[in-house]
Amino acid sequence: MSAPHIVYNEGYLDEQTKRVIRRALLKGVAIPGFQVPFASREVPMPRGWGTGGVQVTAAVIGASDTLKVIDQGADDTTNAVSIRAFFEKVAGARSTTRTDEATIIQTRHRIPETPLAEKQILVYQVPIPEPLRFLEPRETETRRLHALEEYGLMYVKLYEDIARYGHIAKTYDYPVLVNGRYVMAPSPIPSFDNPKMHQSPALQLFGAGREKRIYVIPPFTDVESLGFEDFPFEPQRFDQPCEICGSVGVYLDEVIIDDRGNAMFVCSDTDHCERTATASVRDETTEVSA
Amino acid sequence: MYVAVKGGEKAIANAHALLAKRGRGGADAPRIDYVQMRDQMGVLVARVMAEGSLYDPDLAAKALLQAQGDVLEAVTLLRSYRTTLPRFGVTIAVDTAGLPSERRVSATFKDIPGGQQLGATFDYTHRLLAEELETPEVPTPDAPEAEPMPRVTDLLGVDGLIERDRPAEGWTDPDPGDLTREPTVFPMSRAERLQALSRGDEGFLLSLGYSTQRGFGNTHPFVGEVRVGEVEVEFDAPEIGYAVPIGRIELTECQMVNQFVGSADQAPQFTRGYGLVFGRAERKAMSMSLVDRALRREEFDERAVSPAQDEEFVIAHSDNVQAAGFVEHLKLPHYVDFQAELGLIRKLRREFQERQAAAVPSPASSNDRDSSTGYSSNSNSNSNPIEEHV
Repeated sequence: MSAPHIVYNEGYLDEQTKRVIRRALLKGVAIPGFQVPFASREVPMPRGWGTGGVQVTAAVIGASDTLKVIDQGADDTTNAVSIRAFFEKVAGARSTTRTDEATIIQTRHRIPETPLAEKQILVYQVPIPEPLRFLEPRETETRRLHALEEYGLMYVKLYEDIARYGHIAKTYDYPVLVNGRYVMAPSPIPSFDNPKMHQSPALQLFGAGREKRIYVIPPFTDVESLGFEDFPFEPQRFDQPCEICGSVGVYLDEVIIDDRGNAMFVCSDTDHCERTATASVRDETTEVSA
Repeated sequence: MYVAVKGGEKAIANAHALLAKRGRGGADAPRIDYVQMRDQMGVLVARVMAEGSLYDPDLAAKALLQAQGDVLEAVTLLRSYRTTLPRFGVTIAVDTAGLPSERRVSATFKDIPGGQQLGATFDYTHRLLAEELETPEVPTPDAPEAEPMPRVTDLLGVDGLIERDRPAEGWTDPDPGDLTREPTVFPMSRAERLQALSRGDEGFLLSLGYSTQRGFGNTHPFVGEVRVGEVEVEFDAPEIGYAVPIGRIELTECQMVNQFVGSADQAPQFTRGYGLVFGRAERKAMSMSLVDRALRREEFDERAVSPAQDEEFVIAHSDNVQAAGFVEHLKLPHYVDFQAELGLIRKLRREFQERQAAAVPSPASSNDRDSSTGYSSNSNSNSNPIEEHV
């Protein structure tokens, strides 16, 4: 018997699997914030490195799409480069780094600074889809808690944080209530990004490959970060501007620049930073020439 | 400076070139051929096939070479290929009683119909490192054994001493679930559990099985039988209308006989634990059967007191492709989440120092500072703010 010839389908996943994922996505759209189980397939990257996001993207990407992939807000971090190269190879998709040009943006841990528009799809890579996991490790239990809308555990945890630290000690993957019904893990985006999910015109798809779950926030859906009347949700903020482009009110990375602990703060969203920096340089040149 | 965090395509390409070079070794030594790998590293190849859920010794050998001997990497390669293959259907359940066994031992009976057969085994070898490997002559058996080898558990079953492996009547072999095509939802059926265990990590199952022997969920196991051999795989093709053999695969099967259960209206019976794995994989098959039995605690109303009896714990963590990926993803950048934690810890420390500074003027009251600020220092609550790095 001769060794089998290795051939891969367009977009890597076979058509049957794409249909399975699309069905899960449709169910997710119908029940915002509900975790839909799906038969997650292996993809040629390790579990935990974005296999859920890759499957969701593979199921929705088409010939007319333009794909942007970011990791930690940046287009040029190694894993983002690797995933973008994968889709260029197996789906023949056009790719971009510009948020406003992309029809599909696959992301790990950030929502772009540039506001998203209608007809854009944001695909999140999700490590732990269950917001109650660290309060109750058993899925058989958490499923029941979601069904009964029993989120007391979560509020107790937030209350205990306030009692111990004076703050809700949750800085990323901050739990949200979707459409007034399901408590949902927004994936480890910083709480800074949480408000961007609320009433977003874009379709937000969440894929957890290793945990075999898909969930969705349809466009224009209420997404409320949990809090209390006297301790409302407060997204993290930065006092300083980006030291490269001067943007304020954006999420910053701290880059250590010497061995004495000195650091500079720069935009985590590289596309936003580059475009703002280029625009301000252009303004200055226009002023000089005028 | 800022460019330091930029990975880039070139760095990735260079890293992969370096990886290939490291895997090649000296250019004067020949590359290992996959046929050598397949035939001389058969046990390793079998492990990659089992955990990769694909019976293909050639591809498994190639995957091992490509992975430079990293078993989990090879398993991942095989799984990623397997998942792209179309599924034609389900084969007819293999008949392991009919397999001409290469090896078959029972620890429960001294002699059994068909006899004990040692076969190719590491058992009773002296583990002395050899200078050079030898291949002594294998004598041909005096008379070829044609005697059938019924399963030991079937012999016990005649008198009803052991639970049946299927309901007494009205049983039609249902199509099993398919772990790779259907969502995993707990609790699972035993068939799904066995699928997960069969592709589960050998080391993990070994340790769990071992834990049941050391008092964490004891099931009083006896090896009813371990057998290794090639079995015919038959496929019922609807177009043809009858079963066609599509090939032979090598399997290791373990039937574990475990502690008995009984009740007021049911006579005591031994119970079963089952293990079935591709290739020569006795340790894995035995571990699997121990864990299978431990996981059947609900069927027998046994108290769950140990990890091996906990389905969600065992099944959710037995897959080494998932485990390896998620552990190793910690080396991916986490600047954003870490920045968020940095922001919070700085804020908490600032507030702490401010409280300290405010408390200094009145040292007499420092003893009850904890209670006066409402911060409990002896709380055993586990609400650590830095609890979940993902």
